[in-house]
Amino acid sequence: MSWLEELARENKVFAPRYEGDAVIFAPFDPKQEISIKHAATMPPKKTVFPQSEKLVDFTYSKDPENLSRILIEAKEILPKGTTVVFGSRPCDVRGFTMFDRVYLAEKTTDVYYKARRENTSFITLACEKPETTCFCHWVDSSPSDASGSDVLATPIEDGYVLEPFSEKGQKLLTSSLLENGERWILEVKDVHENAAGFLANAPDLSQAPQKLLDVFDNMEFWENAAAKCLSCGACTYLCPSCYCFNITDETTGMKGTRFRSWDNCMSAQFTMEASGHNPRPTKAHRLKNRVGHKFSYYPAIHDGVISCCGCGRCIKSCPVGIDIREIVQEAINHEPAIGKE
Amino acid sequence: MGNPRSESNKGDQVKFQEELKDNIRKALPELDVVIGWCGSFDPLHATPHFMRREEDIDKLEISPLSVHNLATYLPGLRGKKVGIVVKGCDSRSVVELLQENLINREDITIFGFPCTGVVDQSKIKKALGGHTGNIEFCDMSESVIVIKSEDKAYTLPMAEMLADKCSSCRYPDAVISDYFAGEKIGNKGEEDADYAAVETFENLSVPERFGYWLKEFDRCIRCYACRNACPLCVCRDHCAAESRDPHWLSQENNVRDKLMFQVIHAYHLAGRCTECGECQRACPVDIPVLMFKQKMNKEIRDTFQYEAGVDPEATPPLLSFKMKEENITEKVW
Repeated sequence: MSWLEELARENKVFAPRYEGDAVIFAPFDPKQEISIKHAATMPPKKTVFPQSEKLVDFTYSKDPENLSRILIEAKEILPKGTTVVFGSRPCDVRGFTMFDRVYLAEKTTDVYYKARRENTSFITLACEKPETTCFCHWVDSSPSDASGSDVLATPIEDGYVLEPFSEKGQKLLTSSLLENGERWILEVKDVHENAAGFLANAPDLSQAPQKLLDVFDNMEFWENAAAKCLSCGACTYLCPSCYCFNITDETTGMKGTRFRSWDNCMSAQFTMEASGHNPRPTKAHRLKNRVGHKFSYYPAIHDGVISCCGCGRCIKSCPVGIDIREIVQEAINHEPAIGKE
Repeated sequence: MGNPRSESNKGDQVKFQEELKDNIRKALPELDVVIGWCGSFDPLHATPHFMRREEDIDKLEISPLSVHNLATYLPGLRGKKVGIVVKGCDSRSVVELLQENLINREDITIFGFPCTGVVDQSKIKKALGGHTGNIEFCDMSESVIVIKSEDKAYTLPMAEMLADKCSSCRYPDAVISDYFAGEKIGNKGEEDADYAAVETFENLSVPERFGYWLKEFDRCIRCYACRNACPLCVCRDHCAAESRDPHWLSQENNVRDKLMFQVIHAYHLAGRCTECGECQRACPVDIPVLMFKQKMNKEIRDTFQYEAGVDPEATPPLLSFKMKEENITEKVW
């Protein structure tokens, strides 16, 4: 029996595998080959933050005592069980640390998110070689960053060295199928250093939050940046750190379910107000929000942390090749026109 | 590449590209923007390029990587004077937009060139063992693509890497243009569009077909890249997919709802779709969504003998009305 099969006895296990030409995190099936050579097409975001999740089931009924009154019975649906995600990449999981600041905040804790986050463990694979679209080193991370992960697996000659980074991780590694890997610890360091060595010097993003605010009202800047944008949601839905959602009631007759589903700021309806007014009426406004949120507004209220993990999926999966790195750098290098400011 | 034919063709390519740039240079002062393509994040990708100043023209690059159908941008730029560089297939989308009065002919300047086909990135990815994340070098001739990835060199036959639409392309030159750079290739053959793949699929049983789509759509993330990349999906911010009133689709993560959207999309495109394939190319999880539209077009061809986006003066069959249709037997009441 494999370690994953053993884990699958007590947990729901997700691992990346080919579905068509895309690599997707799917429930582990020992009969199907897993694909962990490169980062998956989709990050495992859905394991903690599902594409669409049931929050509440509700039923309307008439009050038999007073027929003009409608009664509502609502039942909260909290996620159950434990999940183990195998084969995530450091950037994929680091995205959740950005979710945590929002959904596990002291003042307002999101019970659905909390339940899944606490009951999901990540066995993350350190990257051996970054891709051309990778830029984790721009955003204070690295190809062997374990933040958010429970176990970091580093590929060596004939296998993987597994290191625990949390109590959950320690528990996962108590399996009798695993042997002591201490003697390979130097090789692990080599793999990590080698991978980091592939990454060229990162630009200084410390000015990004202010510089993006400086161009906030410069619509010409944003119209140029967004000229080729199709305003679809591929970048957002593939992003490990995009956490916006929509809430809708899907009702049939007297019964219904309240769903929370992924939303994206590229969509025309994202901030559509009930009056019909939309403060982000064009794709330029929407792209400005996506870049601004990650590199300016979020860091401004979260200790300077940039809410981008540098995985590069928004670049390589964008149907028209929009490069968020370029936009941030253009904002940083933007010189206000003399006399205009 | 040691192939004299390909070398000379490459020379032609450089020549028409210069001619194209000259055409754009001449026209740009009268235009707000000219849309073409330029290099992107790695040597294997191009990206749409919006040229507003003369110096932007230098970056223009036409190659088999010029995959994007730039006609998608035209309805959004209505009211502006726009120049657009088109492949043969892209020009058919422009024709369709003109037929439907979604753009004004006098606002659009069309730059054509002889297109020898564009690549299908999924095919290249497969040929490279499923990974194109570390492309170091890429060079192309009419017959081969040479790629260096992770210190390995690949020489791939161009014919096998071309998009399916290119292998059966009958309109390599723009069907409508104001400027044309280079020598026209000429329309290829008079035979009908090729729907062999659709026919093969039609021969499967209903459970097999439905099972196929349920599996394929399980990974759909409802990003609507398919819709937004489509040059003829012109409802834009008012799509039935996201409307709550009327409430056509649920927000539940439900394969049938995802499939329902594709049906809506395909029906709205019946007889309008030029099969540019942008819907499928844009899909971040590679769902073969073009087949729905091909199926609809096949029915349109058989019923109305009509092909979309070829004649600017024609009216798409589902946008017109006849008292008596030749191939539709009406119910006798």
